[in-house]
Amino acid sequence: MAEANGSIVIMQGISKTFPGVQALENVDFDLRRGEIHALVGENGAGKSTLIKILTGVERPDRGKVFLEGREVVIRSPQHAQELGISPVYQEINLCLNLTVAENILIGRQRSGRIDWKEMNAKAREFLRRLDIDIDVTRPLGSYSVAIQQMVAIVRALEIASAKVLVLDEPTSSLDAHETAQLFDVMRKLKSQGVGIIFITHFIDQVYEVSDRITVLRNGNLVGTYATSSIPRLELITKMVGRTLAELEEMAKTKLETSKHIKGEALLQAKGVGRLGAIEPFDLELHSGEVVGLAGLLGSGRTEMAQLLFGVDKPDSGRIVFAGREIHTFSPLASIKRGIGLCPEDRKEDGIVPDLTVRENIVLAMQASRGWLRYLSPQQQYEIAERFIKLLNIVTPSPDQPVKNLSGGNQQKVILARWLATNPQVLILDEPTRGIDVGAKAEIQKLVLSLAEEGKACVFISSELDEVMRTSHRIVVLRDRKKVAEFSGEVNGYQLMQSIAGSVS
Amino acid sequence: MNRKSSLSTWRRVSESKLFLPSVALALILLFDLFLIPGFFKVEVKGGGLYGNLIDILRNGACMMLLAIGMTLVVATGGVDLSVGAVMAIAASVAAIMMNPVIIGVKLPPNLMRFINDPYFTYSPLWEVIVVTLLVCTLCGLWNGFLVSYMRIQPMVATLILMIAGRGIAQLITNGVRIQIFYEPYAYLGKGMLLVPFPLYIVAAFYLVAWLLTRRTAIGMFIESVGINPRSTSLSGVDDRKIKLFAYAFCGLCAGMAGIIASANIKTSDANQIGLTYEMDAILAAVLGGTLVGVGGRFSLLASMIGALVMQATTTSMYALGVPANAVTAIKALVVVVVIVLYSEQVRGFFARFSTQKGS
Repeated sequence: MAEANGSIVIMQGISKTFPGVQALENVDFDLRRGEIHALVGENGAGKSTLIKILTGVERPDRGKVFLEGREVVIRSPQHAQELGISPVYQEINLCLNLTVAENILIGRQRSGRIDWKEMNAKAREFLRRLDIDIDVTRPLGSYSVAIQQMVAIVRALEIASAKVLVLDEPTSSLDAHETAQLFDVMRKLKSQGVGIIFITHFIDQVYEVSDRITVLRNGNLVGTYATSSIPRLELITKMVGRTLAELEEMAKTKLETSKHIKGEALLQAKGVGRLGAIEPFDLELHSGEVVGLAGLLGSGRTEMAQLLFGVDKPDSGRIVFAGREIHTFSPLASIKRGIGLCPEDRKEDGIVPDLTVRENIVLAMQASRGWLRYLSPQQQYEIAERFIKLLNIVTPSPDQPVKNLSGGNQQKVILARWLATNPQVLILDEPTRGIDVGAKAEIQKLVLSLAEEGKACVFISSELDEVMRTSHRIVVLRDRKKVAEFSGEVNGYQLMQSIAGSVS
Repeated sequence: MNRKSSLSTWRRVSESKLFLPSVALALILLFDLFLIPGFFKVEVKGGGLYGNLIDILRNGACMMLLAIGMTLVVATGGVDLSVGAVMAIAASVAAIMMNPVIIGVKLPPNLMRFINDPYFTYSPLWEVIVVTLLVCTLCGLWNGFLVSYMRIQPMVATLILMIAGRGIAQLITNGVRIQIFYEPYAYLGKGMLLVPFPLYIVAAFYLVAWLLTRRTAIGMFIESVGINPRSTSLSGVDDRKIKLFAYAFCGLCAGMAGIIASANIKTSDANQIGLTYEMDAILAAVLGGTLVGVGGRFSLLASMIGALVMQATTTSMYALGVPANAVTAIKALVVVVVIVLYSEQVRGFFARFSTQKGS
């Protein structure tokens, strides 16, 4: 039936169970030639699992996959690529120290000899087809993440002559300009007849670029819609399964909580800076307050957070915490003082994948107690279960390795790790990155309720509306420098201007 | 219902780290049962037990000690190539303390008379043991210092002591192999108290290591450092101290193994004691399911069974009459088989097999 519609891929009645989790239940999906098909849903909705089945990483328990009208069994990622299905994953699997040309073509030469000239010429031509003009002989690492992303796409297209391209969160680390660049490439590919599956958490981008939208929720198919026919609010309601009245509620809570902000500063940074990381800045954090850090990627937000937490030692200025000047800078010293940092890169700096949910939660708390004052297994379970309940962490048991959880739940586990240390100052670096609307709202609410309890929170996010919604005060960084501070009602336009640095 | 619970028991057993090394050990013993007549004969002589099985346990004692220390190091994501050399250092230090004449220490004439007496020692036994273990712990600390504070790759950092260690051992004894006459020391290796005495030492070390890793937070920290050092240190765990501890403990274990080995052959042979033992110890940890180069989850008991697998292979091959030089090849074969069993592919195959049976 579907070949008539020009479908390249049809997935029928796909089901998949993982130990303790029904990841997918009877899900249908189809992708047409020359369309951009957005796949959306909350964390744990089953998007990744569906993609893993399509790209041969996992096998479905039940269900059929048709490729260009013929039923196929996709045995492995290699097999999927041979069939023309190429994933470009969130974490780009390229070698940053090799040149652009090498990254595109390596593994492709048949004979042992490499003709560098020809290789570079080929790579240049491939890129030019997508209107990308860069020096292919330079190492890939010297280019922006966006370019790297596109090189990954080119590699997928050229190596496997892909008919189906899977882009899993390709824009999560791109700025607006880079995103637009990527979308141009996607549209170009679309016009060449490539089918693109586009997974993202940014609803704006779904509307900007996609033709159809498939919504998954809790492993079930909610539906597939033409993008032009479904209003935004309806889409979000379908994804979350409930209305987002809570979001509006938050504005009220924020206003209320601002009454509790204490006058004197809990943490005070004066002229604190570090060469090559961030220029000297002043900052005050008060109990009961959420301070948002806004700025583009690489503007110095993370560096500021790390200085405050003591990962790096500042080479100028002084930090005063609860009336005392800080002299020892280390994560352990900070934790003991009552400062926590929930780091930006969940995978690299956050989770310990093979340890259980329970162990991941108690890690920082145990570290602050020292190795001798061991939390007994019973105490560990109590703590873990308390936070699993408090933060709605979806896991079959506290003994599940944390790597088996979905991204949003992993993020909550890390939040739990820091909440368990009972910090007075909690710095959250991109706590909502790559997680779904529902979980985002939960985390934003949690941040406000922490402030209400009298903690000082620093909230870092690339999403401006999120920063504006949650923060009592917003600090703007640009080019590794603190450039402005806004408090009270913030004008979005003004904020944008100060982030961008110039009137455009 | 019943079937389901038996299935989950099966899964728990087959996914336990103890499963594969135990199966490997059982297979080797099964092989012995059919191919080597009288292999399992255990004789009772003078209050002790003798036989091939007892030999495996006695000779495996050193390997089990090394496996305990090596497992902790491997779990932090490192490796210690120097344990064999540290054993040699231990032997030299112990020997020189019992009999310092060899390096020209002049003893008073009244003591010189006793030098060949089986109950004479220059330093008391407890002092010999304590000093030897201290020296070896220092060796481990040195390794740990290079790895964690100097950030040298473990393979390279411990290679230094692996090469230098035997030279140091030679220097300590002035290049002489010292005969050990002192009987109570020899008892540490050859003694028999129902079962070979070294087994009690192994049990004690295992108990200490188990308590340290499972009744304090060190075990979790070690695993966490091995799996993701960055997030572990951001969580306030000083990964350098954890690694320092692991290498130091590994040195301690190697020291004890060196004492037992030298007591067994009653000499301090800097060139032979512990030779290539580091490889067997690493393999024992691998057989025990610790991932070399990656680290993470570990099981001390599984590694000790892994050590017995290595020893049982050796002993069986000798009993079969395989020449000593060829034994290493056979050992390699055993290791290859077990490692293949550990691979993702085979594990996945077994997992699919057991779920199919269940549904």
